[in-house]
Amino acid sequence: MHESHTPLIRLAKRDGMPKGQVWAIRGASFLAAILISALIFLLMGHNPFGAFGTMVGGSLGKPTAIRQTVKIAVPLLGTALAIAPCFKMRFWNIGAEGQITAGAVGASYFALFWADKLPGPMLLVVMAVAGAICGGLWALVPAFFKAKWGTNETLFTLMMNYIMIGVVKWLQGGPWEGRPGSQIIPQFDSAAVLPKVLGVHCGWIIVLILTVAMFFYMKYTKQGYEIAVIGESENTARYAGMNVGRIIMRTMFLSGAIAGLVGFIVASGADNTLYSGVAAGVGFTAITVAWLAQLNPFAMVGISVLLAVLDKGADTLQTQLSVPASISDIITGIFLFCMLGCEFFINYRLILRGGHKEVAES
Amino acid sequence: MSVNSNAVLLLIMAAVLNGVPLLYGTLGEILSEKAGNLNLGVEGMMFMGGAMGLGAAFYFEGAGGTSGVLAVILALFFAFLGGAIGALIYSFLTITLRANQNVTGLALAIFGTGAGQFIGEYMRVTSGGYVAVSNNLKAVFLNSPFPAALQELPVVGPLLFGHSIFLYLGIVLTVGMHLFLNKSKAGLSLRAVGESPATADAAGVNVTRYKYLATVIGGGISAIGGMVYIMTIASCVWNHEALSGEGWLAVALVIFCLWRPLNAIWGSILFGALMILYQRLHLGFIPDELYKILPYVVTVIVLIFTSLRNSKDKQPPNSLGLPYFREER
Repeated sequence: MHESHTPLIRLAKRDGMPKGQVWAIRGASFLAAILISALIFLLMGHNPFGAFGTMVGGSLGKPTAIRQTVKIAVPLLGTALAIAPCFKMRFWNIGAEGQITAGAVGASYFALFWADKLPGPMLLVVMAVAGAICGGLWALVPAFFKAKWGTNETLFTLMMNYIMIGVVKWLQGGPWEGRPGSQIIPQFDSAAVLPKVLGVHCGWIIVLILTVAMFFYMKYTKQGYEIAVIGESENTARYAGMNVGRIIMRTMFLSGAIAGLVGFIVASGADNTLYSGVAAGVGFTAITVAWLAQLNPFAMVGISVLLAVLDKGADTLQTQLSVPASISDIITGIFLFCMLGCEFFINYRLILRGGHKEVAES
Repeated sequence: MSVNSNAVLLLIMAAVLNGVPLLYGTLGEILSEKAGNLNLGVEGMMFMGGAMGLGAAFYFEGAGGTSGVLAVILALFFAFLGGAIGALIYSFLTITLRANQNVTGLALAIFGTGAGQFIGEYMRVTSGGYVAVSNNLKAVFLNSPFPAALQELPVVGPLLFGHSIFLYLGIVLTVGMHLFLNKSKAGLSLRAVGESPATADAAGVNVTRYKYLATVIGGGISAIGGMVYIMTIASCVWNHEALSGEGWLAVALVIFCLWRPLNAIWGSILFGALMILYQRLHLGFIPDELYKILPYVVTVIVLIFTSLRNSKDKQPPNSLGLPYFREER
């Protein structure tokens, strides 16, 4: 082979990079994200140290701030957990936004119309179950068509989001409207509101339990194993005698049910009502959380807290330095870009021309 | 002219007005998807395009510019630039660094909506509360470029000559893209990259270059849609609430059009009609809000039918969403 025909830089897959090096690369990408964000602050005429200080102080500085940060992290973590089994199966469920909303609708139905008929704790349990079932059923629709006819699930689940959000807008201005003309659904009865533990609604306990449960489900159960096999190769799964269609539907139901549970937590714990923005983009952001955590539930805890800190911090920036709050989306985006990009350097090795002896290629 | 036919005419005009931004968003995404790149960041790119296009027109006028034509060209250019920058980030991550397309696209959607919103807010704050361009300039963006005599012809006048310049540009672009994809050698190579990159690579097509160019140019075109929305429908005022959802509708339209540019013309006008139908045609038994989800429901139905029929020429590009690693061939 002529030397001039080999490209300047070649790539080779690498596996088994030492742990320390992996974390060094991730740390570097984190630093890069901070540097780029700092540059943006500089361009805007703010001292980057001051700005970051404000962000960290505003999100972690006081107990009240920490509580609000946790409140942001809870739905992110819960939804990332919901998405994990689907993504493991290479089923691209980007419909969590709609599944959260569907769950919130199911829970709200009982909060609005059954509050006086059911005893307190019972009401909350019924709401949670209703939320999970509604979210699961909403997810089951695209899964059914995928299993039956191979309908593209990425686009299907995406459309389902807007359909469900539209339905809530209709409920808001129609059958469930409180004061006529207000376009607002009334506040839940206090019996339908999640109790607080340590100052934050107890949704944080639910998602932490879910984290552990999901870890065991994916790693140690038969169903988790089946999901992993389908993700590696659908044909292998078929040869092994698995009913792929059934597993896809079962997994999607589970995923939608967890997202629906998150919808219940947000509507009952944080908003105390139902409105069309109940998911507020969490369904999309959670996908990046799950992916960056490489579908490891424990890593998701860290990443969702990080994003919550950025979000709450940017909020404080807005009130203290009157920086537009949309800076939080920009900085979140920069962190996501850097973290997505760095995986490349963990998985691939760059080989410069002439650096190594040519390995025989066929 | 009877009242009834007048109402129909008004409905069509409004449908076209609302369809044109979608046309650009869809065309750009078709180009990108034809090269195998499912860029879910359209929403973000349209935000960036909308904010940068508005900014271009606003600061151009602020600097004393009076030429309407130049303002339109600048708005087009900066909107394109905004989307192209977004798409370039996406391309670098997915093509060069091989990150997952879905996740990267969503990250771009988050980043882009933030960036667009930020620019819009920033302009509002720095210019003392209100970003407004002169009525003259608004008219240049919104009104038809044709002489009044043509527009005043009965029925065909408004129907054919009564739209903003962006519809006519969009149609030229659509036909151009159709010819490029289906009649040119480069278009064939581009489609080959989207269907089977390994085959294209073996045939000597530079897969990386095609993917980059298609995605970046496609992103720029999509972003122009955001600018058109802000400058026509939102009457030159930054309005992120109105703009939101537009990009996702464009993603839906790409499916609805079965990845064919020519279908995008009537598809986007149809979606435009579905978006505003609730204002024009009140049916007592269907509430407004349920009307508004029609475009998405229709898309779902199209998606199901295309997968049911399973005919070869109505499918997504075969390698859509999949990364291409030459070394893993």
